[in-house]
Amino acid sequence: MFAFIVSRLLQAIPVLLVVGFISFGMFAFVGDPILFMLGQDFTLEQKEALIRQLGLDQPFLVQYGHYLWAALHGNFGMSYRLARPVSTLLLERLPATAELALSAAAFAMIVGMPLGVYTGIKRDALSSRLILMFSLVGVSLPPFLIGILLILIFAVLLGWLPSFGRGEVVNLGIWTTGFLTWSGLKALVLPAISLGLFPLTLNMRLVRAEMLEVLRSDYIKFAKARGISQRAIYFGHALKNTLVPVITIVGLQIGGLIAFAIVTESVFQWPGMGLLLVQSIGTADIPVMSAYLQLIAVLFVVINLLVDLLYYAVDPRLRIGRGGGH
Amino acid sequence: MLGRFLDSDVFYSFRRNPLAVGSAIVLACILIGSVFSPWLAPTNPFDLASLNVMDSFNPPAFMPDGARANLLGTDEQGRDVLSSIMYGTRVSLFVGVLAVAFAITLGVTVGLVAGYLGGFVESVLMRITDVQLSFPSILIALLVDGIARAVLPRELHNELELYVLIFAIGISGWPQFARTVRGSTMVERGKEYVMAARVIGIGSARIMFSHILPNVLGPVLVIATLSLGQAILAEATLSFLGVGLPPTEPSLGTLIRIGQNFLLSGEWWVTIFPGVALALMVLAINLLGDWLRDALNPRLR
Repeated sequence: MFAFIVSRLLQAIPVLLVVGFISFGMFAFVGDPILFMLGQDFTLEQKEALIRQLGLDQPFLVQYGHYLWAALHGNFGMSYRLARPVSTLLLERLPATAELALSAAAFAMIVGMPLGVYTGIKRDALSSRLILMFSLVGVSLPPFLIGILLILIFAVLLGWLPSFGRGEVVNLGIWTTGFLTWSGLKALVLPAISLGLFPLTLNMRLVRAEMLEVLRSDYIKFAKARGISQRAIYFGHALKNTLVPVITIVGLQIGGLIAFAIVTESVFQWPGMGLLLVQSIGTADIPVMSAYLQLIAVLFVVINLLVDLLYYAVDPRLRIGRGGGH
Repeated sequence: MLGRFLDSDVFYSFRRNPLAVGSAIVLACILIGSVFSPWLAPTNPFDLASLNVMDSFNPPAFMPDGARANLLGTDEQGRDVLSSIMYGTRVSLFVGVLAVAFAITLGVTVGLVAGYLGGFVESVLMRITDVQLSFPSILIALLVDGIARAVLPRELHNELELYVLIFAIGISGWPQFARTVRGSTMVERGKEYVMAARVIGIGSARIMFSHILPNVLGPVLVIATLSLGQAILAEATLSFLGVGLPPTEPSLGTLIRIGQNFLLSGEWWVTIFPGVALALMVLAINLLGDWLRDALNPRLR
């Protein structure tokens, strides 16, 4: 177990170094900070003093080392566009994105799994086929279009829910939450549904496929022969055994949700990290872009590691030797 | 050639599959309508002289106060929505096709080299592929586009945006091709014709590209079809986010983004119709890709 974690961590280090190198490269090769800071009139001495002061006379690799050291301490520089520290900007917007991604994942689980069980049990019913057909159409619709359709129906035509923003939020010190106010919850509904629809269809198809597989197995036939109630068979025996792959996929989805939240946040003007990134790309705000890139890389490495560990915990075949399972 | 195709198994399975035939018909209509849009479109949306602000926000022709001339209504400057869609689809298709072509070139080369040479080269190339595959491709396209935006001067960037997008989307899509081609190349490498070629002293590059390549292209064709749908969606997403094509050269994504501003005031047709066109095109491409995958899979025959 310990060796497994160590080898995974060692594999992650080059990935993070490369991502850090790309983010540093953005700084090093784009624009000249000296000209930017000195303005129009300056003497040669002033220029050289500033170069020394900023450490720009040192070798490239030394500068890269300094950069990584600062990034490890949460210092990503100042945003060009907003003239505020990037780490503060990202921390301010993290709660909005995290709450959106979490709600979308919960929606995808709570609705997707029962639908998967239902379509798996009643595989030939008309209702199952209709659900599957709708899910195919849903997957082909781009995520932002689903958001626009939801706004058109529930905000413009019916007027039930707000079409943009996060509603009222409660400040809990370092975290602001929209979960505690009525307007915050109302504002969350449409973004969470439009972000969660794609993982919902994935969950549903996965649970359905696993259910079909498990229902064919011998122990289900025995359970039926013993006269155990249908309900106990489906939910007690079959569903439990479909959960292994589902946990993994849901874990991997969290990363994807944060990436696709960029699109959802733009549609609903949701004040999260994704909206910040899009605005920064539009204005070539490099410090924000490079910090976001590193944050996402760390996040993905951590998620992949957790999923691997989860695999390890739920699939005993992995524990015996490297050869078995996958 | 055509006769052989009409007699083939693939065409037989195509004829037997109504969903595939339907998708092909829809896709053919979209292709003809967009590629020949300068001749087929009712008006030219870029011809400023023909625009009349008095015609702005005409509802679609089937609605009570719609104008007959504008089947799908007009936008805020009085442009015909149907014509904008036809021109926009052409731009979307252009970017999508070239991005996939770029991804194929890069991915197939990497896959062939990794699969044929093996050893250290293979492990480095495949490690890069794995790392990139663990990030969502839209994120990579977005960041590549953002870096290009920061590196290029503004005027140059506006001029090159089309090619920047093709590059960004292509870069985000190559690993799938590399992985598949590497797998099939490893199988082909052990076959007798490759050994024979090597024995008579043909160079590695020539063996890879003129002997192995034709034999590994089957699965590439399937992935290419499905990737085309993804590439078109990626372009639409970037343009929708405002970091893709500018309003002077609108793709479907740009049209949807501009139209979204009028959604709350009730002019839904400006954004919904380009959206429907995009969804129809991608759905048709995905269904055709699914059919092709099954048709070329020998296990399902």
